[in-house]
Amino acid sequence: MNWLRSIILPAEGSAYARQVDDLYIAIIVICAFFFVLIAGLLSYFVWRYRRRGPDDVTPHISHNLKLELLWSIVPLIILTVLFFWGFNSYMVARVAPGEALEIQVTGKKWLWQFEYPDGMRTLNEVHVPVGKAVKFIMSSEDVIHSFYAPSFRVKMDVLPNRYTELWLQPREEGVHTLFCAEYCGRGHSDMLGKIVVDSEEKFQEWQALGDEQTRTMPLAELGALLYESKGCSSCHSLDGSRREGPSFRGVFGEMTSITGGPPVKVDENYLRESILDPQAKIVAGFEGIMPTFQGLLREREINALVEFIKSRK
Amino acid sequence: MTEVITPAAPVHRGPADLHYLNEHRGLRSWLTTVDHKRIGVMYLWSVLLAFLLGGIFAMLVRLELLTPKKTIIEADAYNQAFTLHGAIMIFLFIIPAIPAALGNFVLPLLLGAKDVAFPRLNLASYYVYVIGALFALGSMLTGGVDTGWTFYTPYSTTSNTSVSMMTMAAFILGFSSIFTGVNFIATIHKLRAPGMSWHTMPLFVWGTYATAVIQVLATPVLGITLLLLLMERVWEIGIFDPRLGGDPVLFQHFFWFYSHPAVYIMILPGMAIISEVVPTFSKKTIFGYKAIAYSSVAIAFVSFLVWGHHMFTSGQSDLATAVFSFLTFLVAIPSAIKVFNWLATMYRGSLDLKAPMLYAIMFLLLFAIGGLTGIFLGTISVDVHLHDTYFVVAHFHYVMMGGTVIAFLAGLHYWWPKMFGRMYSESWARVAAALIFIGFNMTFIPQFIMGSRGMPRRYYNYLDQFQPLHGFSTFGSWVLGLGLLIVAGYLLGSLRKRCDAPGSPWGGMTLEWTTSSPPITHNFETTPVLTHGPYDYSLPGRRA
Repeated sequence: MNWLRSIILPAEGSAYARQVDDLYIAIIVICAFFFVLIAGLLSYFVWRYRRRGPDDVTPHISHNLKLELLWSIVPLIILTVLFFWGFNSYMVARVAPGEALEIQVTGKKWLWQFEYPDGMRTLNEVHVPVGKAVKFIMSSEDVIHSFYAPSFRVKMDVLPNRYTELWLQPREEGVHTLFCAEYCGRGHSDMLGKIVVDSEEKFQEWQALGDEQTRTMPLAELGALLYESKGCSSCHSLDGSRREGPSFRGVFGEMTSITGGPPVKVDENYLRESILDPQAKIVAGFEGIMPTFQGLLREREINALVEFIKSRK
Repeated sequence: MTEVITPAAPVHRGPADLHYLNEHRGLRSWLTTVDHKRIGVMYLWSVLLAFLLGGIFAMLVRLELLTPKKTIIEADAYNQAFTLHGAIMIFLFIIPAIPAALGNFVLPLLLGAKDVAFPRLNLASYYVYVIGALFALGSMLTGGVDTGWTFYTPYSTTSNTSVSMMTMAAFILGFSSIFTGVNFIATIHKLRAPGMSWHTMPLFVWGTYATAVIQVLATPVLGITLLLLLMERVWEIGIFDPRLGGDPVLFQHFFWFYSHPAVYIMILPGMAIISEVVPTFSKKTIFGYKAIAYSSVAIAFVSFLVWGHHMFTSGQSDLATAVFSFLTFLVAIPSAIKVFNWLATMYRGSLDLKAPMLYAIMFLLLFAIGGLTGIFLGTISVDVHLHDTYFVVAHFHYVMMGGTVIAFLAGLHYWWPKMFGRMYSESWARVAAALIFIGFNMTFIPQFIMGSRGMPRRYYNYLDQFQPLHGFSTFGSWVLGLGLLIVAGYLLGSLRKRCDAPGSPWGGMTLEWTTSSPPITHNFETTPVLTHGPYDYSLPGRRA
């Protein structure tokens, strides 16, 4: 049934995903059987017993105990088997192996923040080594979000008042999408992340240095990348159109008015401050909804973003 | 069986000169009426209006989803559109549609009664419904709501849209639902025609009874929950909002403790209609009367114990998850029993494929898909993957629309001649039914695939890979919409004709067919006395 899997289910990123899919396919087969049975009988009856005339006489069949017991007990047995099957595989997903790599996850409107045991932090992109169990310990800073990685068939709500956890063990290198599955407002559908599965060596290197691009790319180009990857683009447009935050177009060097304060000139210092302490001076007409990026950007990355904004004439 | 059964059906009365529609005239006579038939008709127009409004929002949502980025509306407007679609369809349309609109009209007729037990309470329930609807409209006009119809905290306690007013609307509508439930329970207990025992009641009555019990027992929980939500928003007392020391998941428990049984408030009356339509158009007694009747009650009971299956990924304990999963599977059994019973009723029957029967057959197919796809969602590990994806959206539309709405259409076509004394065009009805069936499946089958592939619900923007399926689904919604418009067209068109419906257009055996169409104000000229069961088409001693 591999053809069916490839049509109807996403790629299997882990051995656990394979297990869930086996169960999914088993249920499809059972459902197909019963649907064909019901639809088949229905079609046959509609054709065979169509009304011939107003004087048709039908037999009086009030019930049939054996038949009724049969169609109560057979589904009950099938459903009981499915219950245990589903419960068993669920428990696999609930208990992480002791040696798992632990990554803290914070969900907030509308981004994912990851923190590794060594203190390294990333936004919307989490690198994990292939073949190792990784455990995510999650909480939210505002409303309920839900961490959903379809390739691994795992999902867990991310709550503001307690920790929840989830684990996965990727079996090959690749990039997988991370969704927010619990509705969380305007930017819900843009609250996407990437789970990047690296080989052991690449993962070590990435952890030690930050990635290649961050170290060598020209500032403005790096800024353009960060603009997308750090989520700036979900609120700040480049074409002057209004979103949740001011557009970056032609903003550098201009005077701008500030809610509850004197106008300021948009220069390097103002941009840097707005990235690290967004609530300090809010451009008039906008809400102060931007989260701080303090500790989330390397020094070179902040410079890159400033350079990028500068370049948007 | 020595008893000679006197046929009830073949009393072919012509239209009465004076009936409930024309005996009193003028707006005032409608607004102050305590006639269950008139209240049912007022409910009918109201819920159909709500259906239209909710449908417009649905079309808007589907249209926006035609392309992966913005198609016609902004994210905020989209979030409001799906919220209002859900809230209107659930609270203003589906919950009252069958019990309060069709049920109000036919329940006393089925029982051989003059009216419901508390006619004034009945009118009050309608006015409470209207007030609730006005609050819902008020909420739309004062900023709308963007929380989803489920009002999950803490999003709903912090959203600056008009959540409080919509919450009030749902709270008020709950009372309307409770009034109807109380009234029906009393009516069924006390006002059955002489000779009608619990086991010779039409099955629609059993379904309505089970529904009424849930309405009375579960709705107050929703009321309290919404009140707490309101207090949280206004006074910040700290029940659900974690910043104030509350627990947002507690809201989900409270909410689903009502809203899962509410799913059965919606589907049981639908099943009840099918249990009437299938025997009538098969001209054959219902198979397994007691199994169908008691399975309604079983569903009503177990439905209170499965709410946690909405929360497998919410962080609730694994033990709770396991128990809820098992109970969820149990609730599937009585539904399966009903489907097999309806099929067995058709076996060796004399099937007449008139419009109500077409919808009943459609119901069987779509409800089977809805029920079977529920197995995926009851199975814990599979549900974890599918939860909050389009698979769930497709599943509940198969149950709620493919099940309840299609059954509502079956009932509407079945009792339309009784309600208004007019027949509608059978050929248009066939065209519309075909379009609805094709359009519905075009809309929702792609959503099963999208959901399985990981497309989360309530997404304004989506990944490009899902565009073909979303596009197909949107085209389907147009076909579905067209089908429904045609139904509206020929049904409304039939009202312009003179009364032409016979008392018993389908040859049904239940009591509503023994009076004229439309019925006289007091329903029956003399109190009917039951001499046969509701589906005794071919007992020995009775010639067809």
